[in-house]
Amino acid sequence: MTPLRVQSLAKTFTMHLRDGVVLPVVDNVDFEVAAGECVVLGGPSGAGKSSILKMVYGNYGVDAGHIWLTHDGADIDLATADPRLVLTLRRDTIAYVSQFLRTVPRVSALDVVAEPLVIRGADKAEAQDRARTLLAQLNLPERLWSLPPATFSGGEQQRVNIARGFITDHKVLLLDEPTASLDATNRAVVVSMIAEKKAAGTALLGIFHDEDVRTQVADRIVDVTAFAPRIAA
Amino acid sequence: MTDSPLLRVSNLSKYYGARLGCTDVNFELYPGEVLAVVGESGSGKTTLLNCLSTNLEPTSGRAEYRMRDDVWRNIYDLSEAERRFLMRTDWGFVHQNPADGLRMTVSAGANVGERLMAIGDRHYGNIRASAVDWLGRVEINEDRVDDQPRSFSGGMRQRLQIARNLVTSPRLVFMDEPTGGLDVSVQARLLDLLRGLVGELGLAAVIVTHDLAVARLLSHRMMVMKDGRVIESGLTDRVLDDPREPYTQLLVSSILQV
Repeated sequence: MTPLRVQSLAKTFTMHLRDGVVLPVVDNVDFEVAAGECVVLGGPSGAGKSSILKMVYGNYGVDAGHIWLTHDGADIDLATADPRLVLTLRRDTIAYVSQFLRTVPRVSALDVVAEPLVIRGADKAEAQDRARTLLAQLNLPERLWSLPPATFSGGEQQRVNIARGFITDHKVLLLDEPTASLDATNRAVVVSMIAEKKAAGTALLGIFHDEDVRTQVADRIVDVTAFAPRIAA
Repeated sequence: MTDSPLLRVSNLSKYYGARLGCTDVNFELYPGEVLAVVGESGSGKTTLLNCLSTNLEPTSGRAEYRMRDDVWRNIYDLSEAERRFLMRTDWGFVHQNPADGLRMTVSAGANVGERLMAIGDRHYGNIRASAVDWLGRVEINEDRVDDQPRSFSGGMRQRLQIARNLVTSPRLVFMDEPTGGLDVSVQARLLDLLRGLVGELGLAAVIVTHDLAVARLLSHRMMVMKDGRVIESGLTDRVLDDPREPYTQLLVSSILQV
């Protein structure tokens, strides 16, 4: 079974604060991501890459189409799932590394990273051990682990975010520019972590502006401009 | 999260004479689920909360609650004694002003212990131990257990009110602007604490707030109210990041960025 299948997806924004102007974003989005494959969404800024990623995570609603995920041996359409089901899918099946970390006051970097395992019922100490391993792998200085990431630099926050997204064995992993604020060393770490996920059979869907990283990780590039909406006359 | 809801609200309406409080509210709440009700002053969110917690009798509609023995009861059909028992044991209510939810002239320990006595606990040592344990969980030092909440700061009072509500292991907690009127640093501490406790205890909660950041941090689902009606609802991050209704878009775009 294909872990992620996107069918005929369409999205339009209606900006009520701008006199109801309607902005068509994408139309007829169709692609699949197989287990162990990394598919990269390509196209210029504003083509709708992030919007597609956010729809696939359930963060944006969709106007039409389907987002099929293999969950618990069944095909579930996230596009029509109710909020509780979306949360279950996020807990067990689909993970997302956003571009920016949303920090929570007073929660340490270590606990931010460990949380996805803890909410799945893992032992807290074991989850923290796993979090330490990942943060070390990403070269985040150990003195930062016990601090809330709110005051971290962009690159430090991004590494916390990556560790959080990679800590579980979710079958589908979405990556929104995970290497944007990283130096060459840490970019290489992320590239190798992506290779490990592929080897483990994870289906990855990402946006990478860095061409170097993109050529290293992408098995296939889906050109988002092909989904540009035809403006109705 | 289990597969049976805890609370089922259907067509709930409350009119104050001819004036509308809230109308046609429908939702289900599951164990472990936190629902935020947002909207500006006068949108009906507090009226709704007061109806749900039986402080107000709705004009029409039902709110059915799954009791601990799995029997569904319309909460407005309960006797006064049954309602009071529910409020003291299986439910909690965290008021915006802690003075409304605390007894200001008895000790902090007694404020927490009182709820335990209401459910039949009579052993002084156990009650005191539970009280101290709960004060610790809301980060109030043990040496303050005999002090009256009058001598506490606003943030401490709010944490005490939360301990008093949670000591009986309620399954459902109502919160009315729980962080309103607190300094931001105190707010952050309270939010973190609430977030931890809600997750740890698997509480279901209905939180009324006008602060969208609080809603994002604490809730799974959100209902946006305007003029007494629910105009938009859904997954919290979706409502906030992809708002559909004109009013929700206005609300979201009015947040100050820091």
